Amino acid sequence: MADDKKSGGMSQMSEQVQASQAWGSIFRPGSIFRKGYSDSPRNRSYVIMNSVLYHLHPVKVKRHAVKVSYTLCLGGLSFFLFIHLTVTGIFLMFFYRPTAAQAWNDIQTLQTAVGFGLLVRNMHRWAAHLMVLSVFLHMARVFYHGAYKPPREFNWVIGVMLLQFTLLLSFTGYLLPWDQLALWAVTVGTNMMGFTPVFGEQVRFVLLGGVEIGTDTLLRWYTLHVLMLPFVLVIFLAIHFWRVRKDGGISGPL
Amino acid sequence: MTEIPEHLRKRAEAAKAKAKAAAGGDAPSADTPPADAPTGTAPTGDEKIPSHLLNRGTAAADMPAAPAGGPAAPVGGSGPDGHNQRLLTVVKSGSIQDTRALPVDKVHVWPHLLVAEFLSALAVTLFLLLFAIFVNAPLLELADFNKTPNPSKAPWYFLGLQELLTMFHPMVAGVTIPGIGLILLVMAPYIDRNPSKRPEDRKFAISLMTVHLMFWAVLVMIGSFFRGPGFNFVFPWNAGLFFEL
Repeated sequence: MADDKKSGGMSQMSEQVQASQAWGSIFRPGSIFRKGYSDSPRNRSYVIMNSVLYHLHPVKVKRHAVKVSYTLCLGGLSFFLFIHLTVTGIFLMFFYRPTAAQAWNDIQTLQTAVGFGLLVRNMHRWAAHLMVLSVFLHMARVFYHGAYKPPREFNWVIGVMLLQFTLLLSFTGYLLPWDQLALWAVTVGTNMMGFTPVFGEQVRFVLLGGVEIGTDTLLRWYTLHVLMLPFVLVIFLAIHFWRVRKDGGISGPL
Repeated sequence: MTEIPEHLRKRAEAAKAKAKAAAGGDAPSADTPPADAPTGTAPTGDEKIPSHLLNRGTAAADMPAAPAGGPAAPVGGSGPDGHNQRLLTVVKSGSIQDTRALPVDKVHVWPHLLVAEFLSALAVTLFLLLFAIFVNAPLLELADFNKTPNPSKAPWYFLGLQELLTMFHPMVAGVTIPGIGLILLVMAPYIDRNPSKRPEDRKFAISLMTVHLMFWAVLVMIGSFFRGPGFNFVFPWNAGLFFEL
């Protein structure tokens, strides 16, 4: 673990940690890891190679690729926020029924009568806004580094799709509390869709499940929000990550 | 598509410059073959090509009148100097044999990348937790179709579009402008064929993107903070905030 680039204090601290009893009891052979874990290039490779992480990361990457100042972790954080939103979202689903008669009361009950309900709802909401922001910043970062240039052109296209799915996910979630903010924000948004040429009215009708927002809209957007859009997003994410590796890892230094 | 390796490109450029210099200056320089060897199409001399090979090649080229060998040429030396072969080209070893990939400075993903990822995820979780403890998500009163709030605003990321609605026909503001913007964004790698990634080579692309991003950022800001009742322009420090996340 001792990194040559780290300062003396850091390596001294990591030596102390590794010499401690707690460390020894975790990583000694026969404990959590049957064969123990000692820091060697071979074992470092095995950590990736013998785990599901191998689907996401290669064993080694260019030294440049681990520089936080280059990526600002924005892509990874977007993915992490997606996981975070899935976890908190599943919690919220336990307490929520997508009908006009019950939705708002369910949220109210969740906030006042369910343990950690308010906290989890807050986290879900703020994480959603943060994800829109981080996906957007990730796109800007990729553009300014010219990382969309060959051979990564198509991954940029996938990325723009992911940005749109992120916006749609956030927008469909916006309606679900069924309060004044949700209703009228969605009214403004869907009115704009109605102006799509040729099939605008049809698009609006399909999305609203009728000619105006109502309980059918709520069910429809709920299904989109918790099932369909995440499903599509995950497929595009898989292609996005796969292409990152196939195109030779993240783009090089400028 | 394929990038020419740096060392090959440099070598080709040097050779080109040399050939140009040789063709331009009439007087044979030290580099050109000796005067008795006809120059013409002969490659300019490079010390690394043995001179007897070069001479053999040019000598052979000098004798086109010799009966065309063809596949059935007799083995008995009929060419100049008794050679029955001629040198077409000399391929220097470096250009075809130096294909070994250059060593890349690599580090193990564990721990170098995973630790960074883990720590950044931890930091974001901590931030979200603290933010969620101190700031509550809005929950206004129950949706009421008969009570339109004033102003009614879309979610913040669509406020740029709503802002455009105040200036253009809904068809233009809601469909045409964002549609064109989106298509340009998707097509960016196919429009921008400049292979360089260096900022100093892509001043136009960077300026265009910055203007584009600023355009939306400014519209979103105006829509979020500077629009009050009736979606009229207000200053937040006078009229207060009309903005819910």
